[in-house]
Amino acid sequence: MKISKIIVLSLLVVFVGIQFIPNTRNQSDMVPISDFMTAYVVSKQAEIVFKTSCYDCHSNHTDYPWYHEIQPVGRMLEKHITDGKKELNFSEFGLYSSRKQKSALTAIANQIKDGEMPLWSYTLMHRNAKLSEKDKAILLLWLDKMIRG
Amino acid sequence: MKTKQKTIGILLLSLVFTISFTACKDVKSTDSNEKMEHTEMQGDGHEHSSEEMTNNHAMQTTESAAIIDGYLQLKNALVADDGTGASKATEKLLTAFQNFDADRLTPAQQKEIADIIEDATTQAEHIVENADKIAHQREHFVLLSKDVIDFISLTGTDEKLYQDFCSMADDNKGAVWLSETKGIKNPYLGSKMLSCGTVQKEF
Repeated sequence: MKISKIIVLSLLVVFVGIQFIPNTRNQSDMVPISDFMTAYVVSKQAEIVFKTSCYDCHSNHTDYPWYHEIQPVGRMLEKHITDGKKELNFSEFGLYSSRKQKSALTAIANQIKDGEMPLWSYTLMHRNAKLSEKDKAILLLWLDKMIRG
Repeated sequence: MKTKQKTIGILLLSLVFTISFTACKDVKSTDSNEKMEHTEMQGDGHEHSSEEMTNNHAMQTTESAAIIDGYLQLKNALVADDGTGASKATEKLLTAFQNFDADRLTPAQQKEIADIIEDATTQAEHIVENADKIAHQREHFVLLSKDVIDFISLTGTDEKLYQDFCSMADDNKGAVWLSETKGIKNPYLGSKMLSCGTVQKEF
């Protein structure tokens, strides 16, 4: 056996092996009263955009892509979601202090304006989550109203 | 020869396993290290307060002085367009927030202070992490400045401070900041327009 063959084989063994390590799922079906959509009056248009482009990583319910079932990709996604929720969790938005809510709205608007969110690595696989100029305008108009109000 | 190949195979396998598992573990261990450091620091802060300060009021102003000091260092780094300096100053500010003891205040004020510190900490963390993105640091400095102004409105300050406002800051939405000098030096626009702003209020 050649060394390269051994390497390929052992990598294959590891790859198959890690498929059996159970992964967590961020998929609560309950919409809590602290949810952003309950805490705020959001237009239907804006709600759709928020849910399509933000909720996968920033709420307690993710609509998973098929490759979540493949490790280590799925594990990376989970880490990503955990970080995203720590930064901003729409499911718990209503529990934030009013100061934190206002700051979060401002930070959300800034991230959208700067084109930082949603992450390009996410929209690469989720083309429908990419914000069009129209989507951006809808969200920013609404956010601006909330920040001023 | 065969046994040699076998050993190499086993070695390689275990290497791959170790790497893939330690990669996950590393993150956790740094986390707990950080926590350890924080608690040590907090411990330090308390020792100082019991040893050196018998007077409650003196303790309060010293602790808010550390917050003001960290904030002003951050502000001056942004004035100088220095993202790395801003990040470093904000680390001190974070420690100062952690050490702040609101015992002297009324329960209502304590709640307010807790909210302010929670929000300010979030803003500060972003500033620390984005040393290479000064525009992003400045976005969070808008929110942090509001927090620190509300903070000193509650706790008071021994230092003379000026609240400045520039209508062109934050994408022409206008933003406030605190300064230790009467002359305007704008932390949002830096060298682009150092003199934009007026004094709104004095503390």
